[in-house]
Amino acid sequence: MNNLIDLEKKINSELTTKINRTEIKYNQIYLETDKDDLIDVVLFLKTNNDTKFRQLIDITVVDYPENNQRFEVVYLFLSHEFNQRLILKYTIAENEIIPSITSIFPGANWMEREVFDMYGVSFKDHPDLRRILTDYGFEGHPLRKDFPLTGHTEVRYSEDQKKVISEPVKLEQNYRNFDYESPWEGTKYIKEELDNNDKKN
Amino acid sequence: MTKKIKNLNLNFGPQHPAAHGVLRLILELDGEVVEKADPHIGLLHRGTEKLIENKTYMQAVPYFDRLDYVAPMNQEHAFALATEKILEIDVPIRAQYIRVIFCEIGRILSHILNVTTQAMDVGALTPTLWGFEEREKLMGFYERVSGSRLHANYFRAGGVHQDLPQGLEEDIAKFCETFPKIINDLESLLTENRIFKQRNVDIGVVTKQDALDYSFSGVMIRGSGVPWDLRKSQPYDCYEKLDFKIPVGKNGDCYDRYLCRIEEMKESISIIKQCISKMDKGPIKSLDGKISPPSKKEIKQSMEALIHHFKLFTEGYRVPKDEIYTAVEAPKGEFGVYLISDGSNKPYKCKIRAPGFSHLQSMDYLIKGHMLADVPAVLGSLDIVFGEVDR
Repeated sequence: MNNLIDLEKKINSELTTKINRTEIKYNQIYLETDKDDLIDVVLFLKTNNDTKFRQLIDITVVDYPENNQRFEVVYLFLSHEFNQRLILKYTIAENEIIPSITSIFPGANWMEREVFDMYGVSFKDHPDLRRILTDYGFEGHPLRKDFPLTGHTEVRYSEDQKKVISEPVKLEQNYRNFDYESPWEGTKYIKEELDNNDKKN
Repeated sequence: MTKKIKNLNLNFGPQHPAAHGVLRLILELDGEVVEKADPHIGLLHRGTEKLIENKTYMQAVPYFDRLDYVAPMNQEHAFALATEKILEIDVPIRAQYIRVIFCEIGRILSHILNVTTQAMDVGALTPTLWGFEEREKLMGFYERVSGSRLHANYFRAGGVHQDLPQGLEEDIAKFCETFPKIINDLESLLTENRIFKQRNVDIGVVTKQDALDYSFSGVMIRGSGVPWDLRKSQPYDCYEKLDFKIPVGKNGDCYDRYLCRIEEMKESISIIKQCISKMDKGPIKSLDGKISPPSKKEIKQSMEALIHHFKLFTEGYRVPKDEIYTAVEAPKGEFGVYLISDGSNKPYKCKIRAPGFSHLQSMDYLIKGHMLADVPAVLGSLDIVFGEVDR
């Protein structure tokens, strides 16, 4: 459908309980669903004649370490016919295994491998779940928030052993993360006070 | 007695001139026919996304130059648009024209590199020499406007870093007059060339359906006959005001993609010409002092400007909590940024959607059943740059 609001209604009426929340922002539809409904929702979005989200743009994960449901999995879709973009999301806990959509979109293969590599989220029924971007024999998942920016190991060529070896990172000076954020503006209590004043007036 | 014949496993790369960077390709060969290709990528992985999470919005821009390093400003554009949308700031019209001019220059840079090196992969050396002379001129424009030939760091949220130096508009206009002749020269060498056609026609055919399934974009999807270009379908900046055509292929083979790229270069020249003729004097970045830094002159005269300068280059600007996906039509396809801000001065997450990643993924399916010698031809026409594939 060409109209975003109609499309939102259509998705809500067809998928009813499978969609937890919808929102229209920046000319894109944001959907929230559950892990178990993922395949149904994706299949519907791809095949239905009113949605036709026939291209998967990307898959990614956002890490919120303080939440119980730590990871938010995000799928970006594009419909050429209706010239629309859709963002589908759901949250999972750590160590949860999520369904792969490679059977629906073959292009999801490497995207899921990347998610597995970067965040350590495993996919069920993925044909070839290997690390993709990191080095052979790499340990850890770099894009998790608790992975240090400087990493754990560094590689170098060892003249003695005549091969490339990896050893723990040794830095002359540790990575310094300066907190430049000013405490003088944007502090919560001032903002809240200002907001309250605005409301009163 | 029957003999068992084992398929040959061949390691192609990571240091191979036809691999266009550091690609390791494990090929399974039956005689000279490729049965399976398994690309090993990540040899140029620098953790761009992780680094961006630890830098302020302004410090993140240079990382985008280092993704697709043959067309740096197109990447910056996607990031600038994403932050602008969340910050809800307008870009002055002159800045929009300047950005489009340099994006189109980037497109020409990328397409020259791709067309000529692809020709080199299949045996023609001259186009490279002719094409690179032109690239040098274009990188000269990059240098004059930003100070560096490659890693420009020129686009900002709200506009561009500085105005065009004197005389640059005229020089770009002059280039637009001479460059079409070079394209014609390249075409006279390649388009009807027997060897070039034998090596490219009907090689690496992508059907419409496969182009959709494998998340193709850019020339890869247009070569297969899908008229899809973000500059037309989801216009950003001033593309709506410009008149240009989208070349579309028919057969989806390497040769059609080559033709598309040649035509796109011609269209880019026409876009640049239109921009130069439509451009007026005016501001080149947002006038909001909380977002774009003041000029040196203002700093010397105004206390407030000095404070803005100091704040912007230490704390940076804060972006309200939100999430957005924006995409631009980079030379290689849809380059997107999925940005999550948390109200602080650093992005919470910045996922980069690189077109080359999806294209390279299909290598296995594209090359299956082709001869070993077709591997460089297909790889060349996929237009892979490892900066963006590995990130």
